Amino acid sequence: MGQYLLRQFLIIIPKVIGISIVLFTVLALAPGDPFEELATNPAVPPEVRANLRAQFGLDDPVAVRYVRWSTAMAKGDWGFSFASRINVDELIMQRLPTTLAVIGSSLVIALVIALVVGIYAATRPYSIFDQIASTFALVGFALPTFFTGIVFILIFSIWLDWLPFVYRADITATGWRWWWEQLRQMIMPVMVLALFQGASWTRYVRSAVLDVIRLDYVTTARSKGLAERTVILKHVVRNALIPVVTIIALQMPTVFGGAIVTEQIFRVPGIGSLLISAILANDTPVIMAVTFVLSILVILCNLFADITYVWLDPRIAYR
Amino acid sequence: MSGSTPASPTVNATTGPAREPKPVSLGMEAWRRFRRHRLALAGAIILGLMALGVVLGPWIWPVPINEIDFTARLQGPSLSHPFGTDDLGQDLLARMIYGGRISLAVGVVAMLIAVIVGVVIGAVSGISRGSIDAALMWVADLFLSLPQLPLLLLVIYLFRDSLKKYIGAEAGIFILIVVVIGIFRWMPVARLVRAQFLSLREKEFVEAARALGASTTRQVVRHILPNALGPVIVAATIDVAAAIIFESTLSFLGLGFPPDIPSWGRLLYDAKDHLDVAMHWALFPGGAIFLTVLSITYLGDGLRDALDPRRVM
Repeated sequence: MGQYLLRQFLIIIPKVIGISIVLFTVLALAPGDPFEELATNPAVPPEVRANLRAQFGLDDPVAVRYVRWSTAMAKGDWGFSFASRINVDELIMQRLPTTLAVIGSSLVIALVIALVVGIYAATRPYSIFDQIASTFALVGFALPTFFTGIVFILIFSIWLDWLPFVYRADITATGWRWWWEQLRQMIMPVMVLALFQGASWTRYVRSAVLDVIRLDYVTTARSKGLAERTVILKHVVRNALIPVVTIIALQMPTVFGGAIVTEQIFRVPGIGSLLISAILANDTPVIMAVTFVLSILVILCNLFADITYVWLDPRIAYR
Repeated sequence: MSGSTPASPTVNATTGPAREPKPVSLGMEAWRRFRRHRLALAGAIILGLMALGVVLGPWIWPVPINEIDFTARLQGPSLSHPFGTDDLGQDLLARMIYGGRISLAVGVVAMLIAVIVGVVIGAVSGISRGSIDAALMWVADLFLSLPQLPLLLLVIYLFRDSLKKYIGAEAGIFILIVVVIGIFRWMPVARLVRAQFLSLREKEFVEAARALGASTTRQVVRHILPNALGPVIVAATIDVAAAIIFESTLSFLGLGFPPDIPSWGRLLYDAKDHLDVAMHWALFPGGAIFLTVLSITYLGDGLRDALDPRRVM
């Protein structure tokens, strides 16, 4: 068990290095020169330009530049945001909690929807409930998050006027009132994400449960006289969840992509909207840092999935 | 490479595993299975109509997409503008037809790139054992754990301006989007093809070909690949939907096509600030994306059933 976890932790290291190489390659391949402006400026003599290039190491081989860049990133020196005038790591730390709150709560809700609906539908295959649930799952899966977001705004903010459609970071109320306002403005972004993910996971939960429920050991459990509830929850679901966890881990990149879109629609001040505004403002250090942070988050989610496997099926650790 | 053109479904190949006693060909059999999936058939018909509509649309509805008419701003659907107008009084039906061409073209071309890359990598990985296989699958795993949308945004941000300079705004953005989506979507196909190869490689008919002295290339192209393509076709249909969603997401974030090229996502992006007065502007392109993706999903479901001969229906 300990060995398995250690191995999973160690696998992270080459992955992080691989991602940093991909990111740096993209950056290095990109055309455009940070000193382009100086090159066309006649007031700057060529020697000064050459000195500046040498000082920043722009003429070094790519490998040297990569090592320098990655050591700086590892030390926590993530650069300076040109647009916001503060250090990039501070900027990201300001924005990250909001994103984690939105993504975290939507993942929990999506999981609850998928498990409840998926298991209920799979225990009654081809019933009316199953057919309705399957249809809704497909429809929810085919509705892109940006469109659901717009429809939600149309219904709940414009027609019914129940919920605010702009997320505010500066709520003045205190105590319970603050929590209430916070909850109200979280509902739409969280639900948009949760419904999309819940819809696609419901299909996987349903088919995984259907695969397991026909196996012999389930029949054995039933013939032992166990209650149906125990059979489903303790015997079927636990084994059915293993492929589901794999799929969920594989879909984490999509989840973060969806979070960027919802943050943009509802103007949630998280790192997704930070990424978009940084791109529009040509703020390269912020763009690189946000992409890197999102990659790390995806990897951490995969690690969490690996840990969940052991909890679901202890044999996995000994393979 | 010539043998991996995904447009030719294996089911039509009469040279596949011979089944003489049966009077129906594999293609007819697949068609019969497909027809029984009524929603898939409906999806195929809707997709066909949409493709026909966006190809022939400009002749049926010859209204320019950029004709500004300030007397008809933000109008709802009417006879002269069946889908209404936007804030500059431009006809939305004409813009939707144009956008549909872009969205569908992006979907199909990006899918082709993803499938070709995926089939090549999967085939190489599946036929060669040992370190090449391990390295390729490690790269696939790495790409699977990359957050695609942020990276897509990063690539587009870095390369957009110079491509625009060399090839022109429309073609430049199109190529960029299509290539980038293709590059980030090859992994599922590669894994599928590899898994198929691992099992097919040991089958008797491949062994027979090997015993007759067929080279590795011939074994792959003539014998293994045609039999591995069924699941690839299903994955390819899903990839079209994913590419369409990706493109509209980019345009919706304001980072895809420029405003003078109204793809469906771009129309939604422009519409989202006028939701209270002109919701038709958002609902038509959003509905079009939804309908396309839903049809493709059902089509993929139907193909999955039709192309798997082991499945009893």
